[in-house]
Amino acid sequence: MGKYVEMIRIRFLMMLAYRTNYYTGILIYAINISAYYFLWSAIYGGKSSMQGMSLGQMTTYVAISWLARAFYFNNLDREIAMEIRDGKIATELIRPYSYLGMKAVQGLGEGLFRLFFLSLPGLLVVSLFLPLEFPEHAKTWLSFGLSLLFSFIIFSELNLLAGVVTFFTFRNEGLLRAKRFIIDLFSGLILPLSFYPDWAQQLMAYMPFQAISYIPSMIITESFQGAAVRDGLLLQAAWCVLLWFPIVLLWWVAKKRLVVQGG
Amino acid sequence: MAQYMKTKWQYRADLLIEWLSDFMAQAVNLVFLLVVFGHTTLLHGWSRDEMLFIYGFFLVPYAVFGAFFNLWDFNERYIVQGEMDRVLTRPVHSLFQIILERMELESLLGAVPGLIIMLYAGSRLSLSFHWYDVFVFILLVIGGALIYAGIFISLATISFFADARTSIMPMMYNISSYGRYPVDIYHRVIRYMLTWVLPFAFVGVYPASYFLHKQEWYGYAFLTPVVGVLFFIIAVMLWNAGVRRYRGTGS
Repeated sequence: MGKYVEMIRIRFLMMLAYRTNYYTGILIYAINISAYYFLWSAIYGGKSSMQGMSLGQMTTYVAISWLARAFYFNNLDREIAMEIRDGKIATELIRPYSYLGMKAVQGLGEGLFRLFFLSLPGLLVVSLFLPLEFPEHAKTWLSFGLSLLFSFIIFSELNLLAGVVTFFTFRNEGLLRAKRFIIDLFSGLILPLSFYPDWAQQLMAYMPFQAISYIPSMIITESFQGAAVRDGLLLQAAWCVLLWFPIVLLWWVAKKRLVVQGG
Repeated sequence: MAQYMKTKWQYRADLLIEWLSDFMAQAVNLVFLLVVFGHTTLLHGWSRDEMLFIYGFFLVPYAVFGAFFNLWDFNERYIVQGEMDRVLTRPVHSLFQIILERMELESLLGAVPGLIIMLYAGSRLSLSFHWYDVFVFILLVIGGALIYAGIFISLATISFFADARTSIMPMMYNISSYGRYPVDIYHRVIRYMLTWVLPFAFVGVYPASYFLHKQEWYGYAFLTPVVGVLFFIIAVMLWNAGVRRYRGTGS
């Protein structure tokens, strides 16, 4: 356990070395969110609510979705694909830790860094000039925190899965890009899933993507109430467990047929 | 040229995937538009088809930009890996060489969905065109591509001055999409920025409004080529200043 905690710490410090990037990051985030705010104001165009959400809730939804993304987002799929292509995977595999586990905690280190140096200051900045609505109940915040942790786990699991697939295909740039596109669209990052047509919503209900962004953002805007919060969290937990099986299986097969390309 | 086509054709599967994924990256915005207009008929007085037309128009200058100015990994490839040293020893302008080296003509295919969307939206709006509109279109497309080129060359120039990795490019990419909405929905600070600082509005709503017969924007529409040339010249000047400061990484 100690070595994993150490790995989180090292990633955190690595990111800290590049922290100047994040000052520009906060500025650009603020511009982005304000542009979204005006765009949504125009879309609402005087209507008091759309799909059961007020403009204030929508603004909060958008702002929180992007901040949450800074926490759960990582490039583990690309890192794994690159290590397989370069043959670095061979040295990684003889080290005394679980490779996938180590990748996951590295992602967590990065995520924690962005949470403290990008998301929280970014949230402070935009709440100065945008009418964000935050819940008063501590329970909502707790559910949101738990939900965000699940988001990270599910997003990372999908990344690990896509990364491990590189073992079988060697080149999978296309797959990785397609995955990013699907997650952008179906996770509820760009707009709440309740806006999609019914057939699309029914389709998405069977996919893990809504658990990444839609559920935590609906919890923090209090668009989910009572039982809906509990169901959302349960769904996230179920996906966390379900996605674990294909990873373990593929990883087990992959290690058996590992071919190191040159090196 | 024929040789170039041959080498690219060898990897046609890659080509297809690359093209598809480029289009998918843009399609996120298209889906956003379509879904939003499932709930409203007008966005600040602009209809769904007008917004689609702007979106389609944007794809054309963007494809031209993508074909000729492939500068995404400039910092990685030319500064960090030291390729810049090789470029600078030759007697042709460094920026021109890099543009030729990194040209990807197949990206021009990205204009095809744009033209299809414009045709679809244009016919639903029953827009009328003059014979000279073709030339206006070409002029506005070149202007828009130059604006993109100017902004992204300027961003690449940052690598000469600061040696830290920059994560600005993908974020800039995000901001560029706001130029595709009618800019009068924004607060004037943002409108000013999209017009004069990062003039992405000239690659979307301004030039497209010429074809949509939105008279109030004509002045801006015709400024497109001027702004394009201006931003491109500024970018080249910044580039030259950057090259003079360039010391190499010692690799």
